Amino acid sequence: MNEENQVEEQPKPLILEKLEANHADALLAQDASRGTVVVVIHKDQVSAVLEYLKTDPELAYTFLVDVTAVDNSQMESELMQFDYARFMVVYQLYSFQGQCRLRVKVPVHENDLNIPSATGLWKSANWLERETYDMFGINFEGHPDLRRILMPDDFEGHPLRKDYPLRGRGERESFNFEKQNV
Amino acid sequence: MQSGLERATGEKMVLNFGPQHPATHGTLRIVLELDGETVLKATPHAGYLHTGFEKLGEHLDYNQYIVVTDRMNYLSPLSNNFGYVLAVEQLLGIEVTKRCQYIRILMAELSRLADHLLWLGTAALDLGAFSVFLYSFREREKLYSIFEKTTGARLTTSYTRVGGVLRDLYDGCEEDVRQFISNFPKALKETHTLLTRNRIWMDRTKGVGAISAADAVDYGLTGPCLRATGVAHDIRKAEPYSSYDEVTFDVPVGTNGDAYDRYLVRMEEMIQSCGIVTQVLDNMPDGSVNVEDNKITMPDKPDAYGHIEGLIHHFKIVMDGHGVQPPKGDHYCATESPNGELGFYIVSDGSGTAYRIRIRPPSFLHFQALPHMLEGGMVSDTVAVLGSLNVIAGELDR
Repeated sequence: MNEENQVEEQPKPLILEKLEANHADALLAQDASRGTVVVVIHKDQVSAVLEYLKTDPELAYTFLVDVTAVDNSQMESELMQFDYARFMVVYQLYSFQGQCRLRVKVPVHENDLNIPSATGLWKSANWLERETYDMFGINFEGHPDLRRILMPDDFEGHPLRKDYPLRGRGERESFNFEKQNV
Repeated sequence: MQSGLERATGEKMVLNFGPQHPATHGTLRIVLELDGETVLKATPHAGYLHTGFEKLGEHLDYNQYIVVTDRMNYLSPLSNNFGYVLAVEQLLGIEVTKRCQYIRILMAELSRLADHLLWLGTAALDLGAFSVFLYSFREREKLYSIFEKTTGARLTTSYTRVGGVLRDLYDGCEEDVRQFISNFPKALKETHTLLTRNRIWMDRTKGVGAISAADAVDYGLTGPCLRATGVAHDIRKAEPYSSYDEVTFDVPVGTNGDAYDRYLVRMEEMIQSCGIVTQVLDNMPDGSVNVEDNKITMPDKPDAYGHIEGLIHHFKIVMDGHGVQPPKGDHYCATESPNGELGFYIVSDGSGTAYRIRIRPPSFLHFQALPHMLEGGMVSDTVAVLGSLNVIAGELDR
């Protein structure tokens, strides 16, 4: 018998079992290899899943730690895995009850940047989503006050997108200077 | 007694608080809508100190980025260095040596003391207690001398490295720290006698800027601000990183979640930090401070100058695309910084530069909750509440 088969499998985390039982159709991928459980959720059901995670008495992910996004346009493997969705919105949740973390990722396509806002569930989502909008242009539907937060109000573009250069637009050397005849 | 909102008569005045107000400690701005002295509405504005740290992370290699972390919370750069390299190491799947873990705890707790001392001095100064500022800065100065001797810099410490620290503690460091720790409780008691039962201090902070435990969780408050509401949550206890499970300490909690409780929680945290520092010094293990892996840490200088392998390893570490290269994947690592949960979310594409670095700053969420604490209160309380939250602009705007 092969040695590798005898390695005892880790018990499946409760969160994955419960999600599979209740929201199996929303679950696109799952991973628990680095100690933290990571689930990828379909965009249409993100509100329902987040509400479930927060209110289920056994899970009780009552603390929204962070909301951010990743522009995967230069990461081919990620693009292929999730049907060429350019952005991945990432929620970090924490459960005081189970003292464990959960990362919820939601693929968002570039031609439809809308995603339901989590401000109805957590007040902390307000500014975190504003920052994600500011930096990536993700449009959180139902957000009460979706304005830029770190960049000036009249700023154009979304700086953390991969096609936004580190130095370039808005930098001194990229202004059009009148060439003087010397 | 009428609440502030009941006293309001309906005529509004808009007051611009900041961005260059001396009590904001950095470029923060709050637009206050006032009726008389009652705050009807407060709108915080962030972004004046936005520096693009997250974008920079996509263009610097893993060790270069440590320098950037100094500049986030400039009151406790050693904690930021610590939190960042911990995230990279967990992404790499390595564990640093025991001595290194203890040195990092030592420096993180000393920087917690320095951070809380500066907070104490400035928060009291905002409310007119000038002598507290002098007392706390006297103690903080001693800490900064230790930091300077250890890291070579007072503020921009950049002390940690992926897989280790810049260098071992200097000779005599233990004596310096022990001497500081033995004097510190006495110095802190002086502050207690100045503030804790001081009538003016209590009137200005008790019941001011109160937030309930449920709201604090809802708003994402962490650190002393969360614990002041009665939630005994400390990442050092809940998810012990480095070697925090080997030291014993208590997690102080408040009851009312007001500015006074935040003050008391921070004061007690300083005493607890002293206990941790003493335990760390008592049990400091011997050995190397860097992991024995030349693919991750720099070889010693004699090795780099004297042997061809050492020379090659030295260059491989610093050359673009040859240094520290975590495997593909993403990782979120949270540490208990003096202000609360400081998290680094790193996405690696397998190269020597992070694909994306996200910093989860505690101050950002504390500043967001500010209107909740201000509205209905008096305009003079704005300074007290802002001071008690310890919002650091460098960390807020990144």
